Amino acid sequence: MISYILRKIVSTIPTLFGVTFLVFILFNIAGGDPALRIAGKYATAERIAEIRHQHGWDQSLPLQYTHFLKEIVTFDYGTSDVTHQPVRDMILGGIGPSLSLTVPAFFLTTLIAIVIGLLVAYFRGRWVDKVVVIGCVLGMSIPMLAYILFGQYFFAYRLGWFPIHGFEMGFPEQLYSVALPVIIWVMVSLGYDVRFYRTAVLEETNQDYVRTARAKGLAEPRVFLKHVLKNSMAPIITNVVIEIPLLIMGAFLLESFFGIPGIGGITIDALNNSDFQVLKAMTVLQSFLLIFGNTMTDVLYVWVDPRVKLS
Amino acid sequence: MKELTAADEANLIEFAVPEGRSLMQDGLRRLKKDKLAIACIGIVIFYALVAILAKLGVIATPWDVKVAGSYSPPSFQSLPLIFGTDNFGYSVFYKVIQGARVSMSVGLVSCMISTPIGITLGALAGYFGGWIDEVVVWLFTTLSSVPSIMLLIAIVFVLGKGLGAIYFALGITAWVSLCRVIRGEFMKHKTRDYVLAAESVGASHFSRVFKHILPNVSHFVIIDVSIQFMSAIKAEVILSFLGIGVQGQPSWGVMIDDAKLELSRGAWWQLAAATMAMFFIVLAFNILGDALRDALDPKLKGHA
Repeated sequence: MISYILRKIVSTIPTLFGVTFLVFILFNIAGGDPALRIAGKYATAERIAEIRHQHGWDQSLPLQYTHFLKEIVTFDYGTSDVTHQPVRDMILGGIGPSLSLTVPAFFLTTLIAIVIGLLVAYFRGRWVDKVVVIGCVLGMSIPMLAYILFGQYFFAYRLGWFPIHGFEMGFPEQLYSVALPVIIWVMVSLGYDVRFYRTAVLEETNQDYVRTARAKGLAEPRVFLKHVLKNSMAPIITNVVIEIPLLIMGAFLLESFFGIPGIGGITIDALNNSDFQVLKAMTVLQSFLLIFGNTMTDVLYVWVDPRVKLS
Repeated sequence: MKELTAADEANLIEFAVPEGRSLMQDGLRRLKKDKLAIACIGIVIFYALVAILAKLGVIATPWDVKVAGSYSPPSFQSLPLIFGTDNFGYSVFYKVIQGARVSMSVGLVSCMISTPIGITLGALAGYFGGWIDEVVVWLFTTLSSVPSIMLLIAIVFVLGKGLGAIYFALGITAWVSLCRVIRGEFMKHKTRDYVLAAESVGASHFSRVFKHILPNVSHFVIIDVSIQFMSAIKAEVILSFLGIGVQGQPSWGVMIDDAKLELSRGAWWQLAAATMAMFFIVLAFNILGDALRDALDPKLKGHA
């Protein structure tokens, strides 16, 4: 098992390099001269040269790449050209607000989705199941932006139940300012998640061991709770775990709309202000978290489901 | 006993030796029975027709002229006013149609770029294995390790905003899922008897890959395209909404972006129109994707 985990970790190294390479090509080569972008249209040649020198863009490409790798390893992405703050401080400062939105939203969604998914899987083929499945497809097809805009308009602006914009730290205020974004998150994700968990459970109900359990006379609830549920835990757990590292990154649109100063909001601001350094750091960071989540899932999968071969 | 007529005999023979049906024909027969799926195909064709007609300049043109006062609510007085007007007094109905043109073109062009890449790389990796496989797997693992919206934002950001960058960004990133599936299928198929038989009569690698195996896995391409098309539409709306997508012409994303400030003035119709237009096409693709999977992937028959 330990050697398997080690092998999994080692196998992420090419991917990690691939991502840094991809981001480097995108930001430092494909986009043309980033100094021109930062300096703006009316910059003098000296100013451009100065920016280039500041960021080390007057060095050779391999040197620039090693510098970029050093930035990643030391978690020091320099200073933002827009906010003039260290990028690291911006990221660290955004984690708290992001988590205060994503953690409750994620666990609420997962809990509700698993409960509904299990219930409709149990009542498969009956009207409850059909209604929920139709509801899921309808819910999935409504654009996320519509949920956010209409939600903000009705619940915050018209009814005044929630704040329209803004974020306050501290215990009750914080809950109040993330309440509506959390509700919207749950609404947006429920369709996908319920469908996923329902399918995960249903896939097990077609297995031979279920037929055997029924054949030996077990009552349906017992078959479901004791056999089906246990075996469908593997896909359910992996689906949950893969999401967890990404919670740090927050939610772009929700944070941006509700003025939550989390990582997602910072990223959208960076995009609007062409904040090169921040966007680059965010892309690398998000990718690394995703790779981390994937690796954790692979490991967990083996741990939860001993049938999976350790190869 | 009655004499058999020639027609009866023909019937009998047909009954005795049923005509062979290919995987696709089989799938199509199943699909035709699925009324909901047919309705969804109808919706997609309708959107495509609207997009083509708008492209040809037959309908909804010119969209950038004043048809009524600023923020006129929807009315049935004339067709352009049916969804009201925006702050310039332009027809929201025309803008929705122009937005459909953008969305359908984004879906089409990005799939035309990503599908050949996915098929070729997946086929090569799955069929030849070895270092080719390792390179392809590394390539798509790397691409799929960057969260897709972040990757799209990064590509469009560095290439410069606009429709061209969106086509390219979506096309160059959307091949991963198809490539994965095709690679897996080729790995399974390359040692099947029919491929070995083709090899034994001297079929080249090229012929085995494209003439023998590919038709047997082509249904996965259709399923994947139906999903990628929808993802492309959704991605375009988000990118245009963020201001790095379509410039200077209406798109559902741009309309939703405009509408976010209009809501507080009570002008809900631009947001509603763009959202509804998007809802129906996404819904159609969602249902169609499921129906295609049920109809074309025989292994999943009877599931769900």
